[in-house]
Amino acid sequence: MRKKSLLERIRLFGRAAIDMVAVLGRSGLFLLHALVGRRGIGGGFQLLVKQLYSVGVMSLLIIVVSGMFIGMVLALQGFSILTKYGSEQAVGQMVALTLLRELGPVVTALLFAGRAGSALTAEIGNMKSTEQLSSLEMIGVDPLKYIAAPRLWAGFISLPILAIIFSVVGIWGGSWVAIDWLGVYDGSFWANMQNSVSFTDDVVNGVIKSVVFAFVVTWIAVFQGYDCEPTSEGISRATTKTVVYASLAILGLDFILTALMFGDF
Amino acid sequence: MQNRTLEIGVGMFLLAGILALILLALRVSGLSTSAANDTYKLYAYFDNIAGLTVRAKVTMAGVTVGKVTAIDLDRDNFTGRVTMQVDKKVNNLPVDSTASILTAGLLGEKYIGLSVGGDDKLLTDGGTIHDTQSSLVLEDLIGKFLLNTVNKDAK
Repeated sequence: MRKKSLLERIRLFGRAAIDMVAVLGRSGLFLLHALVGRRGIGGGFQLLVKQLYSVGVMSLLIIVVSGMFIGMVLALQGFSILTKYGSEQAVGQMVALTLLRELGPVVTALLFAGRAGSALTAEIGNMKSTEQLSSLEMIGVDPLKYIAAPRLWAGFISLPILAIIFSVVGIWGGSWVAIDWLGVYDGSFWANMQNSVSFTDDVVNGVIKSVVFAFVVTWIAVFQGYDCEPTSEGISRATTKTVVYASLAILGLDFILTALMFGDF
Repeated sequence: MQNRTLEIGVGMFLLAGILALILLALRVSGLSTSAANDTYKLYAYFDNIAGLTVRAKVTMAGVTVGKVTAIDLDRDNFTGRVTMQVDKKVNNLPVDSTASILTAGLLGEKYIGLSVGGDDKLLTDGGTIHDTQSSLVLEDLIGKFLLNTVNKDAK
């Protein structure tokens, strides 16, 4: 009895591993077919614009608001710490570097996964469960090209832009708190920032980070929707998976990217 | 009509992104469009540059007038050679001006402070500042202090 259950456990473990590899393979093929190859029907640009609107423009509000508050909090915290060492002019440099290198790309990607990623998964999952995807196939339209590809591209394009806007708004919020409220001299605030922030090392590396996150988050979101069980439970599970997997992937990748970019080895 | 507002929204979104990137480049990282033609080069030799880095600022009376562009070792007399780019507007520095390495605050960054001399001749592009004051090294100071106390005790 006991032996059998052990064997059973090993079988289940093996099955989980095979399932995982199968999902990875399916998602890779899915991405390849959606992005590479001949375009299906015309009007791809119109579809992309529509998705850019719902994925990018509609996420703008939450990005701007949270960016501003994060910048303001950074300036407040940084000021209270730095003022102990008498170097409160460095608050601009601290806010800018924190936002550009870490918080801009990471927080934007996390918010994006919650705001746009879950919506993408639920939308595509609902299309699947109401058999819209199979009807598209029926009339000879490839759903990968018609449904998945514009959403993937919209995500790739809009997340880096959102991250840049997040950083700018955050720095503006930080400067508002530091200069207008806490009374840091604005000349040294901006000069310190400009001296320590380098365009190629900090700004471009931050943008590269957010491009990587955009790729991963959108891929996970669209694939989970496309691959979900076509039931209401399946959709809810897929949406949860999107947010959890995307967040974990963002944080893990962020560590690796930071080590590669700023680790000096 | 619906399509039109949608496209306007997307267009404004993309423009905002580009604008934000330009703002980051110019305002935050100080990537200036005006290249080296607004500045001129000065050299200074220091016994010890400890802690001075490239991109450190060069100040005069507390006002930033340029930045350090290169630091290397002069092989012949074993001193550190610092190359500075100084704003063209400040082209009236006397030859016997002093360059010293200073520290901003207790733990702050190192920067170069220039103070004016009294000579009639002026520094030109590629000129060298001979009168320099090296960076303050804490270990040296402690060493001197200890030596002083020991000497006092001996007396």
